[in-house]
Amino acid sequence: MLDMTPPGIAERSALTINPAKTCQPIGALYAALGIHECLPHSHGSQGCCAYHRSHLTRHYKEPVMAATSSFTEGTAVFGGGANLRQAIKNIFQIYKPRVVAVHTTCLSETIGDDLSTLIAKAKDDGLIPEGSFVIHTNTPSYVGSHVTGFSNMTRSMVNYFAEPAKQKKGQINVIPGFVEPSDMRHIKMLLNEMGVKAVVFPDTSDVLDAPQTGSHRFYPKGGVTVEALKSTGSSKKTIAMGSFASEAAAQALMVKADVPYDLIDLPIGIAATDRFMQSLMDITGKEPSERILDDRGRLVDMMTDNQQYFYGKKVAVFGDPDHVISMTEFLVSMDMIPIHILTGTPGKRFEQRIREILKDVAPDARVKAAGDLFELHQWIKAEPVDLLMGNTYGKHIARAEDVPFVRFGFPILDRVGHSYFPVVGYRGAMHLMEKILGVLLDRKDRDAAEENFELIM
Amino acid sequence: MASAIFKEREKQVYLKGSRPFDLECEKESLAGAVSQRACVFCGSRVVLYPIADALHLVHGPVGCAVYTWDIRGALSSGPELHRLSFSTDLQEKDVIFGGEKKLYSALVELIDRHAPKAAFVYSTCIVGIIGDDLEAICRRVSEEKNIPVIPVQSEGFKGNKRAGYNAACRALFRLVGEGSTEGISPYSVNILGDFNLAGELWIIRDYFKRMGVQVVANITGDGRVDDIRRAHGAALNLVQCSGATMDLAVMMKEKYGTPVMRVSYFGIEDMAEALYGIARFFKEPSIMERTQQLVREELSALYPELQRYRKALSGKKAAIYVGGAFKAFSLVKAFRHLGMKVVMVGSQTGTQEDYRELEAITDDGTIIVDDSNPLELSAFLQEKEVDIFVGGVKERPIAYKLGVGFCDHNHERKEALEGFVGMLNFAKEVYSSVMSPVWRFVPKNSQGMLDGLSSHKEKILRCVS
Ligand code: SF4
Ligand code: SF4
Repeated sequence: MLDMTPPGIAERSALTINPAKTCQPIGALYAALGIHECLPHSHGSQGCCAYHRSHLTRHYKEPVMAATSSFTEGTAVFGGGANLRQAIKNIFQIYKPRVVAVHTTCLSETIGDDLSTLIAKAKDDGLIPEGSFVIHTNTPSYVGSHVTGFSNMTRSMVNYFAEPAKQKKGQINVIPGFVEPSDMRHIKMLLNEMGVKAVVFPDTSDVLDAPQTGSHRFYPKGGVTVEALKSTGSSKKTIAMGSFASEAAAQALMVKADVPYDLIDLPIGIAATDRFMQSLMDITGKEPSERILDDRGRLVDMMTDNQQYFYGKKVAVFGDPDHVISMTEFLVSMDMIPIHILTGTPGKRFEQRIREILKDVAPDARVKAAGDLFELHQWIKAEPVDLLMGNTYGKHIARAEDVPFVRFGFPILDRVGHSYFPVVGYRGAMHLMEKILGVLLDRKDRDAAEENFELIM
Repeated sequence: MASAIFKEREKQVYLKGSRPFDLECEKESLAGAVSQRACVFCGSRVVLYPIADALHLVHGPVGCAVYTWDIRGALSSGPELHRLSFSTDLQEKDVIFGGEKKLYSALVELIDRHAPKAAFVYSTCIVGIIGDDLEAICRRVSEEKNIPVIPVQSEGFKGNKRAGYNAACRALFRLVGEGSTEGISPYSVNILGDFNLAGELWIIRDYFKRMGVQVVANITGDGRVDDIRRAHGAALNLVQCSGATMDLAVMMKEKYGTPVMRVSYFGIEDMAEALYGIARFFKEPSIMERTQQLVREELSALYPELQRYRKALSGKKAAIYVGGAFKAFSLVKAFRHLGMKVVMVGSQTGTQEDYRELEAITDDGTIIVDDSNPLELSAFLQEKEVDIFVGGVKERPIAYKLGVGFCDHNHERKEALEGFVGMLNFAKEVYSSVMSPVWRFVPKNSQGMLDGLSSHKEKILRCVS
């Protein structure tokens, strides 16, 4: 399968080959798992739900629970209302969640089930126990991508829970975006270090990286609580990380509860993390702790020690837009040259941001939103790179073109570590840098002539 | 408040020996349950996926194509066109105005670039709703490009995986009978329902070669379009395991009179019985002789090694939850060879007949379950104090979280589990998981996954007994 990509680049409009994205519900499902005691629910046929659970299970290596409305042919004709009612009833009886987070699928979107009405009716009819909640979001997969689904579900958390308050408290909101449990954990640690009180949502740490204790709870201990979500309306400000995954929720909070927001890039790499720190300082007046500053110092030290290996290296990056934007900037700050940058998620903002970052370094870089890996492969054939960064699906290209490859983003199906070691913050940047340096030097060793093969690099 | 957990499901769980056998199955899954089941599309895709020189185009939104891209490990000895992911990636405007134009131009472009022997076009839920005329487009492209372009009617909501198998078989049946049957021996078979995971089919083909039996077509593992086109020339259809391709065998029997034999290549008895059955069928003494020779050779190599594992594993307890029930029969027997006891067995899509047979071969006290869900499964694992769980991707982390060993007997396996050597690989895998030193570090907790839900655990168990 490795030689089936011809080098000539053809414009395609009717066909996606080797997609660089997937569908909305899986993102919504992942976001929903970031609420404490939440059972995600897929309103559609059971196939989609089975696929989404399998895919997330492969990536996180954790049990991923979600219920489904189990549509049948009849449902497709008469609508999914009855199925949803029955599902809500069964779910509360058996699984006893605090929150059921419903997302639609292509099918229920197309037949046009009106979830707001269905849920309101279920509530009126007493199907939802006191103190429990059913929330929903619309996730048609013929629009956007899994990132859109994540963003939609995060926004629904605001729409359903945030309570407007005249009197703002000292706390802030942080919307970390479609990142790993380890990243969410690290962001909370940084906030804690700085003594900032914050609601981080969604928060999948301790849900999808639960420790092995020989006992597993159906609802692991992590996730943002309903109470915390309610209080987001009384926070003085929101920091939204990544415009694609987080801005919609921040905006909704501004509209609903008058909480202003700072939109920053995902804090991946040194400059983006600096901006995160700056934003925190501006909002709270607090200073980074000595520990944080030391971490930054160590990162810069590491960059200094190794800059000669990075200089001028050409890189191709693909993945989710917020990730790729920050990663591209980090690569530039390490003196590398990103020349092929692609995301499967549509959105003009992506190309604009990347162009901004690359304007002095690689003005001719190929940049594309709503692209696929077939195209990226063709770009690499046309102009080879020294490094490829992206999710597991990049491994075919890396092998075909014999390019060092660093796994980064979602999904990673064939390695571990991503859900345990953060890529955000200064420490995350050190971790990423170590991974990049590792593959570059391995390549150097592998290709070295016998007489040049030495213990020191 | 309901008196028992999933009251509607009570009859889908049966405790052997507790009452005369009755088990409900082949029902729609309960809305609101965390079902482990998949859809029609999934079933079709699974069956047709390994046909390596065909084009597989998923007509629908992008997700359905992504989740079935290069994850099955169905190895090919030649072309690998099946491993790429092609999707029409329907967008909002296509949903409104129809996706036919898109489908047409995607097909034309792909056929021009890859020159496949045939093309399969899968319809997904949404296509069923917007009503694209798949049949017409396929016919048109087929005429223009002069290759079979076959629609696979696999809208997900039209049933479960089993319905998908049927759709795939109907698609395959369009190919059968098109090719020449010249040069086919009277001692010839088609291998149906093997997907060549981890190269398993190559092991089986080697056995047939040693027996002097010709293989006309592998349907569908390591499959080739031209072989399938002449498959009607074979003397016998061998249908393996889950019966994913049973419908095809039935159609071939009706139209071409090809006899059908159901076989399993898992475990010692079933493997040997499959080979002997074939030899008996051909009534040719030299084939039977060679078969006996083959089985003797294989077993004498296998036994001493197997004994080592048996010693360590004797008395351990196993639970099985797989897609198709037929595979479970072989697994029950395979565990017996290891001195192990199967205490729970279930499937996503078993039939009455399947479960009746399971009931016959299992011991008293075994839980038999249809279309289960994670909460039940984990309750069973704990109640029965299981040492190893056999299942698929979604079951693995559940087992691990409970401190229970795991063996993937689904499509993610990287070790061949078929054939005599497969039995050894299976033993090795079971051994490595059950005996792993890691379990020494897991604090045992009797409450397990049902922490905070213990009343439900009791209820589940009550509904079982
Ligand atoms: S949309 Fe339909 S065909 Fe696609 S995965 Fe879901 S249930 Fe299956
Ligand atoms: S039908 Fe839609 S929601 Fe379901 S898997 Fe396919 S793309 Fe995803």
